[in-house]
Amino acid sequence: MTDLAIRPPRAEAVPLTLRLAVRDIGGITRRNLLRIIRTPQLLFMSIVQPTIILLLFRYVLGGAIHVPGLDYVDYVVPGIFLEAVLIGGMTTALALAQDLQAGIVDRFRSLPMARPAFLAGRTLADVCRSVLALAFLIGLGMAVGFRFHNSVGACLVGVAVIIAFGYAMSWVYAAIGLAVKDPQTAQMASILPMFVLFFASSALVPVSTMPGWLQPFARNQPATVTINAVRALFEGGPVYHDLWLSALWCAGIFVVFLAISLNLYRKATA
Amino acid sequence: MNGAIEVEGVTKRFGGTLALSEVSFSVGQGEVLALLGPNGAGKTTLIRVLTTLLAADRGRARVAGLDVRKDARAIRSLIGLAGQYATVDELLTGRENLELIGLLYHLDKAVYRRRAQDALERMSLTGAGDHLVKTYSGGMRRRLDLAASLIGRPPVLFLDEPTTGLDPRTRNDLWQLIEELVAEGTTVLLTTQYMEEAEHLARAVVVLDAGRIAAQGTADELKDQLGGDVLEVRVARRADLEKAVSLVAGLTGAPPRLEADLNRVTVPVRGGPRVLIAAGRALDDAGVELEDLGIRRPSLDDVFLTLTGHPASPSAPATPGDDAGRAAHSPEAGQ
Repeated sequence: MTDLAIRPPRAEAVPLTLRLAVRDIGGITRRNLLRIIRTPQLLFMSIVQPTIILLLFRYVLGGAIHVPGLDYVDYVVPGIFLEAVLIGGMTTALALAQDLQAGIVDRFRSLPMARPAFLAGRTLADVCRSVLALAFLIGLGMAVGFRFHNSVGACLVGVAVIIAFGYAMSWVYAAIGLAVKDPQTAQMASILPMFVLFFASSALVPVSTMPGWLQPFARNQPATVTINAVRALFEGGPVYHDLWLSALWCAGIFVVFLAISLNLYRKATA
Repeated sequence: MNGAIEVEGVTKRFGGTLALSEVSFSVGQGEVLALLGPNGAGKTTLIRVLTTLLAADRGRARVAGLDVRKDARAIRSLIGLAGQYATVDELLTGRENLELIGLLYHLDKAVYRRRAQDALERMSLTGAGDHLVKTYSGGMRRRLDLAASLIGRPPVLFLDEPTTGLDPRTRNDLWQLIEELVAEGTTVLLTTQYMEEAEHLARAVVVLDAGRIAAQGTADELKDQLGGDVLEVRVARRADLEKAVSLVAGLTGAPPRLEADLNRVTVPVRGGPRVLIAAGRALDDAGVELEDLGIRRPSLDDVFLTLTGHPASPSAPATPGDDAGRAAHSPEAGQ
């Protein structure tokens, strides 16, 4: 009881050290992970959608699609992995818009915590959820005939590339959630990048089968180069060109949208 | 100039709307100031400026001796914020909420764990401490919210409509907690839509209307501006309204306020029972059939009408002494 007694005002705040900032990120990440565990229905939904797409393209449409040099199941499944982390990112936008609307953001912004920690803790927790979804989908993919044909090391790098792409994209979704502020709009708004990046990419069919006007975009956009790199890491083939491009894209997206998100958060109003 | 909160000429504009216009006041250390005003008066905007969530366009504000612009982060470790817009996490337990806030105040683990436990005890939430907040009642959430704002032991506390939407008993519990904090030396700035709350908790009251300070002083001083109590007449037949207005005006000398849709006439009065008896007699003599006749404490609407010339909230009916009813009309969130 006496512990709640008032202390005299101090002129200076405790300086914000890197150690404290990391501790803040840890606290926020833990909070978000607890929320993810306590809403299993949301976790479930983020797995159901890629599962449907996977089964659809494996069994319904896949028979009509032929790609040179690979079984279609080995071609399409890495693309579905990427789709899963994109879908996971939608919940980042949704969760941030919810926190904003509920006043949680106001409370945290009024605390002496490191401000970027709020967003870093959000995106880190969402990556953990993506890893869970990815683990499930790898199991499902193997069950329907997908196989890794490269070395264990290369395959692990491939998984890491997917996660890195997902993490970079989570900052895009963070910016969307903070910009639109309303959970429902956030959900709708985040479908757009998902659609453009996933469908106009090499995830489902080779870019060379697309109309000429679409090819330049489809060939060079971040999802395509990432999927190509991951596919090569899983199945063999030339890797480095696409891997470099993917790394550049991810770094660029991360830096730009980190800056945009932090700026939106600094000025956030419900 | 060494108040715990000093506000000087603070102005904030949102697009074409002037949310705050030249607002100035100060709150001494260990004192309580109530910001009184209807929805949209600028109360929350002012709280947001003072808690470093929003930058004012013009003016200066200092909290605990620090400038809200230049020393924002230092201020954040010296303030607590609770109320309708600062909230707790539904999917965490009460304890998890408090411990997270403690961590973010950069307290040591042992310290924030102990303080979370103390705060749960103090707010009578010990039994519910390990339940998810989504199972809490409205009153429990507010108490947890207040507890969260105390984890950092802030010398300055901001409470944004701490009791809006609560039933009268829960509200009284919360009032008692706030009084205890003040007794321990905390400086409190609270916003409210209820005169009764301002009067109960605060010595100093600032009335905000459309972003401007309409009046400031003690609750008694504000009431004096009103001329004491309010005489309320409700007639049975609408046809008698005009007659009632002129009789009441003649009796009190003040211009009465007419609410035709409620068949109601109200007027500020001094002299209590004598005026009541005289009014009853005069109305009865004139053959006006009465539904209700009484003297009551001024409501926020009365203060507003007198101070600003327009009602505080055109849509909300003034129902004196019925806080649960009034609360039901007050939206809990949004803006």
